[in-house]
Amino acid sequence: MSEHSISEHSKSSPLKSYFSIWAILLLCTYLTYKAAFLELGRFNTPVALIIATFKATLVALFFMHVWRAGEKLIKLVVISAVFFLLILLALSMTDYATRLWS
Amino acid sequence: MAHPTPRRSLLPDSPTAIANANLQVDQRSDAHAPDSPQLRHHFATEGQQRDAASLGMWVFLATEVMFFGGMFCAYLIYRLWYFGDFGAASKSIDATLGATNTAVLICSSLTVVLAVWAAQTARRNLLIASLILTMILGCAFLGIKGKEYKDKFDEHHVPGASFSFENVPIPGHPGQYANPQHAQIFFALYFIMTGIHALHMIIGLGIFAWLLAMAWKGRFTPEYHTPVEIGGLYWHFVDIIWIYLFPLLYLIDRHP
Repeated sequence: MSEHSISEHSKSSPLKSYFSIWAILLLCTYLTYKAAFLELGRFNTPVALIIATFKATLVALFFMHVWRAGEKLIKLVVISAVFFLLILLALSMTDYATRLWS
Repeated sequence: MAHPTPRRSLLPDSPTAIANANLQVDQRSDAHAPDSPQLRHHFATEGQQRDAASLGMWVFLATEVMFFGGMFCAYLIYRLWYFGDFGAASKSIDATLGATNTAVLICSSLTVVLAVWAAQTARRNLLIASLILTMILGCAFLGIKGKEYKDKFDEHHVPGASFSFENVPIPGHPGQYANPQHAQIFFALYFIMTGIHALHMIIGLGIFAWLLAMAWKGRFTPEYHTPVEIGGLYWHFVDIIWIYLFPLLYLIDRHP
């Protein structure tokens, strides 16, 4: 991973991308704050969560360097963490979210 | 470290190690460049040592995902059950403070990537400045959080004997009031989730204080700066947790 990053740095500085990602993250924070006060009916929370996921993905890919991680193992760990989190949430919801259906 | 084994004569056994070793040789024109003193004897190359450390941090972060995941799951369940009560309770928290804290953490994530970049490119002053700036932003985050907690204590919104949440209207349902018992569950989750997150921030500040001391002594070089890199991974992860906590705790049912 680091071997890659060092060779990349010698070619071009990543500072520009760091500052752009930072600006996008701040803009998204502003958007999510403003969107919370809009009347979107049941879509308020989904919109907030979509923006949050977008921000988290940017941080992971570009600040945590998953994007250019040479080591496939790291990508595998990231994906499996998300995968097992989704299993935890989804399987719990099959119970709790359906209890009040009757 | 105690045994001065001739490392180059040992065959690296994994394909990755061999690839790394080749890379290393390609990169340095001098294949016989001395290893840095930080290279442990059980690693074939510095690149392999870095990858192992970084992978270890990622595996730890995966366990952290599950740790916070349990709390997010509890939140999700109670939010579905006590939908309106959670909305009413969330509305009592100062969203502007939460948004400010989000911006503070995002700025600290920027200073962390700057620190990693500075270490990679041997800019010692920028590295030290970025680390200090990160710590200042981290302290600012905790200070704002403290102000928020104080407000909650003043309003008797802390779960326990003196908890009080009477006659708070449910957003979007005129004439209906939140059940204080259900609102108390929201505040319990609020304090546990933000509290554990703040604990991670405090641990992060400790890690960065150590990184700062090491950077001050000039221990980090473009060949060896793994601690900055994996300390940074930890800090970004704590930032990601906050990115989710912010909308879920501060921004639900804000609209009129």
